[in-house]
Amino acid sequence: MNTTLSWIKAYVPDLDVTAQEFTDAMTLSGTKVEGYTAADRDLDNIVIGQIEKIEPHPDADKLIICQVNIGDKVIQIVTGAPNVKEGDKVPVVLDGGKVAGGHDGKMTPGGIPIHKGKLRGVESDGMMCSIEELGSSRELYPEAPEYGIYLFPEDAKVGADAIEALGLRDVNFEFEITSNRVDCFSVIGIAREAAATFRKPFHPPVVTETGNQERAEDYVKVTVKDPDLCPRYCARIVKNIKLAPSPKWMQRRLAAAGIRPINNIVDITNYVMEEYGQPMHAYDYDQIAGHEIIVRRAEEGESFVTLDGQERSLDENVLMICDGEKSVGIAGIMGGENSMITDDVKTMLFEAACFDGTNIRLSAKRIGLRTDASGKFEKGLDPNNAKAAIDRACQLVEELGAGEVVGGMVDVYTKVKEPVEIPFEPDKINALLGTSLSEQEILDYLRLVDLEYDADRRVVTAPTFRQDLFRTADLAEEAARFFGYDNIPVTLPSGEATAGKLPFEMRVREMAEDCAEFCGFSQGMMYSFESPKVFDKLLIPEDSSLRRTVKIANPLGEDFSIMRTTPLNGMLTSLAFNYSHRNKDVRLYELGNIYLPKQLPLTELPEERMQFTLGMYGQGDFFDLKGVLEEFLDKLGMTGRRTYDPDSSHPYFHPGRQADLYYENCRLGYLGEVHPLVADAYGIGDRAYVAVLDLPEVTRFATFDRKYTGIARYPAVTRDISMVVPKEVTAGRIEDMILQRGGKILESCTLFDIYEGAQIQEGFKSMAYSLVFRAKDRTLEEADITSAMKKIWNGLESMKIEIRS
Amino acid sequence: MEEKLQAIKTEALEQLKKADSLDRLNEIRVSFLGKKGQLTALLKSMKEVAPEDRPAFGQLVNSTRAQIEEVLEETKKKLERAALDEKLKKEVLDVTLPAKRSLIGHRHPNTIAREEVERIFIGMGYEVVEGPEIEYDLYNFEKLNIPANHPAKDEQDTFYINKDIVLRTQTSPVQARIMEQGKLPIRVIAPGRVFRSDEVDATHSPSFHQIEGLVVDKNITFADLKGTLEQFARELFGENTRTKFRPHHFPFTEPSAEVDVSCFKCGGKGCRFCKGSGWIEILGCGMVHPHVFEMCGIDPKEYTGFAFGVGLERIALLKYEIDDMRLLYENDSRFLKQF
Repeated sequence: MNTTLSWIKAYVPDLDVTAQEFTDAMTLSGTKVEGYTAADRDLDNIVIGQIEKIEPHPDADKLIICQVNIGDKVIQIVTGAPNVKEGDKVPVVLDGGKVAGGHDGKMTPGGIPIHKGKLRGVESDGMMCSIEELGSSRELYPEAPEYGIYLFPEDAKVGADAIEALGLRDVNFEFEITSNRVDCFSVIGIAREAAATFRKPFHPPVVTETGNQERAEDYVKVTVKDPDLCPRYCARIVKNIKLAPSPKWMQRRLAAAGIRPINNIVDITNYVMEEYGQPMHAYDYDQIAGHEIIVRRAEEGESFVTLDGQERSLDENVLMICDGEKSVGIAGIMGGENSMITDDVKTMLFEAACFDGTNIRLSAKRIGLRTDASGKFEKGLDPNNAKAAIDRACQLVEELGAGEVVGGMVDVYTKVKEPVEIPFEPDKINALLGTSLSEQEILDYLRLVDLEYDADRRVVTAPTFRQDLFRTADLAEEAARFFGYDNIPVTLPSGEATAGKLPFEMRVREMAEDCAEFCGFSQGMMYSFESPKVFDKLLIPEDSSLRRTVKIANPLGEDFSIMRTTPLNGMLTSLAFNYSHRNKDVRLYELGNIYLPKQLPLTELPEERMQFTLGMYGQGDFFDLKGVLEEFLDKLGMTGRRTYDPDSSHPYFHPGRQADLYYENCRLGYLGEVHPLVADAYGIGDRAYVAVLDLPEVTRFATFDRKYTGIARYPAVTRDISMVVPKEVTAGRIEDMILQRGGKILESCTLFDIYEGAQIQEGFKSMAYSLVFRAKDRTLEEADITSAMKKIWNGLESMKIEIRS
Repeated sequence: MEEKLQAIKTEALEQLKKADSLDRLNEIRVSFLGKKGQLTALLKSMKEVAPEDRPAFGQLVNSTRAQIEEVLEETKKKLERAALDEKLKKEVLDVTLPAKRSLIGHRHPNTIAREEVERIFIGMGYEVVEGPEIEYDLYNFEKLNIPANHPAKDEQDTFYINKDIVLRTQTSPVQARIMEQGKLPIRVIAPGRVFRSDEVDATHSPSFHQIEGLVVDKNITFADLKGTLEQFARELFGENTRTKFRPHHFPFTEPSAEVDVSCFKCGGKGCRFCKGSGWIEILGCGMVHPHVFEMCGIDPKEYTGFAFGVGLERIALLKYEIDDMRLLYENDSRFLKQF
């Protein structure tokens, strides 16, 4: 919503504030000013001058020399403008002044300084200006010539301030109006707030009775077939229309609001729409068949040509204004070409109606036509405002001499909107705000915005234009706004103390962050939605359950259309971004959800599972990544049995370099080297590794409790064992065997050498483990060790392993 | 004999004084105290001393020996120290050579900001809670006083899964879920990811993060809301931070406010961060709307409460002077390692 200070002042004449003061105070009382621009910010030292004499330039065919009277003296100006003649009154920027732009309409922020100088050898003491140089346009000043100097009317005062005369000594405010304050989408609404904010008297327009002795009822009959969608329809008639330009003051106000002046009738409807927030429409009465208006829904598939000449296709949810034979307008959105006002209009029908906001919003969306009018209607207007607005428009018609207003109004108003009454409970207001305002004080604030108080019944009545007031809490806000939010005291909640806490699963996540970072991984953030194409990129088979995704009905595009079921694409995309930017040795991790539908189509919320994903390329390999998982599980007190199952067969991983991680027979996640085809698809030209842990599963086993177990008091005995192993036998199986056979006294078993190649037979590998034996309660004897080692040997030999020592 | 002894002592001490190496020291020790040394030789000539003088002479020899040994030991220590000093002198390091550092990763700026906000509120007795990112329309809108066809639904540019399920557009549905559980009083914050249908650019992202706060108890006032958020702002942005509460509108609070903090870059004088105004908008808040209480099964006659919502990216971007939101999702290691 944009409005000028001068228009606001028309209703609050005592308002005497700077633009900044206005901005600050209005913002603090709830009408937020987003910003303002002074129309004259780049204009300086421009007066009205009259050309007394024009002579040709001796050295330039296209230039002329003008003697210009600027009130106190006559100055000489050289110009190339084609449109001036002796006697013309023109804007003249004097030496040292400023204009806003060039005559091509291009603005120069800060303005263009003008100095006296010579043009082809002839002194020029200033410059005559076009409307574009004054920072405006012919759109807004239609009387300005297409090319050349702006010409003032004959009665303009020579020597006077030209900026003022053009109405440019004004400030245009941009307001952010919240959706609950429909009344403030109008100049009157804003002016009412300004009057209340600055505690100045508010003078809304005084609308007097208009019209001749005839009756509008005799001209037109109105039937509303769908009162739910059209609570009120007001119609008035204007005859003997004299189309002409509207007066300058009206043109200026419309121009400042960004509305192009057209003619008196169109300008009046636009003016009242700005002033009252009520859109209106004017129909050519002689084109209304049967002189009858019927408000009804469109027929399914009906097509209709709006006044912009476009053919629109409609459905039965769209409300139409029709005459006895045909549709003449789309209600609240745009009138029809068939009934629009043309230059030879004689009689017109003025419409001010109230339509259901939601219906207008949805219709405008469906038709794909959002207009100033529909923008206002969709907020849900006050039906009582329709009559006020149409009467105001007729008053302006009479004032401007634009036509003869027919007496009376046809008003179809089925469900009259009554004002809301709210019990006045000052104690509750104070209790909610934490204030101790007196009853009188609160009432004073409420009256500032036209709320009435009935002392006998102790009720406050909200005018119908205030569609946001229903309860005590709403009155509390009104009181607080004018008392000032900044005057409300500052306290802390009293009452029962509560313990602050971080839930367990979030502590597990913090541990994941700490572990990953200590291992060199930096945290990334990935999108939750992605393209359905990622499954092909990840070589995931057609029948995989990962392809069962939650789909967004209205995505930003196909690339963001499904909720991810795997964190792999996000991680690989980020690694690829780094790779393509030549970042070396990149390690990233992410904590983010995947979304697994329980059924499709979705009838209940999908399962959201937090995934801890690690990805890397460059320095480090599979076992570095595996190490991070091990550290993490250690930190979570998960010291039980972990196994890595190489038969995991994830298609996006190297077939021989991947595993599922199990803990106590529960699958926690998976890791592997990214399949070269997948790496290639993402554009990662290096071996990359990814691990994923399902945190809800991990959290089941995690604990931050620790118990001290005592430091061993008896000596340990170490035995090394070296062996030749068939290649397919994994370290995991060997360790399982050693641990199982070693018994209670086996404290640890650590691989310290592994070798394949020369001296080892093809298909075999040499491995060496260091075993540590220890008893808690005694010093071990040689016999204990020998017996344990024998069992281990036997066990290993049963796996076709040859013991070397 | 005694003169001889005296001469040996003088000679020994003289030589020790001049000794300049441990080798030389050893030579001296051997030549005076060794098996074939001068003092040993003197002892061997004891027979030449009168028997009655022998004990006294023996004592004298032993004390001389002790004196020489003592000086010898001192000299040895000195020489050893000098040798060590000499060795250390050769081991000088160029301490300005680069450090050897373990590769340590970095936390995402968004997480740092979130954890800081969480820490502040946990300290004030708030519990951290979470809710689903894919949410029922009922919680995201309906129970927050945003009925079907409310224009706010359009304004928020909601991603729909179907007519009942949406990607949550705010963390506020967690409010409704917590209130419905009915455990009072309530003091929670709910951080999390939210979604709106905005194209990606320098200042917009279709997914971002909020932190919601909710306090419900008897006698909670707007003044308490002001106090709480002022304290929060001071802890997050510094002790001298001022706050400004401006009336605003949210469907689920009444009265409602937007909160500005004095610009923490310029202290309120006006700079490019606050676009010259001296203030930066950081959050929206208000008193829980009585109708929201009713829909969540809490009696608004008995209980009042306040709620607030902070945009996490807004705080992270401002605090770390990040000028493009896209950086947050690109995960460029050159960006991440600055935090």
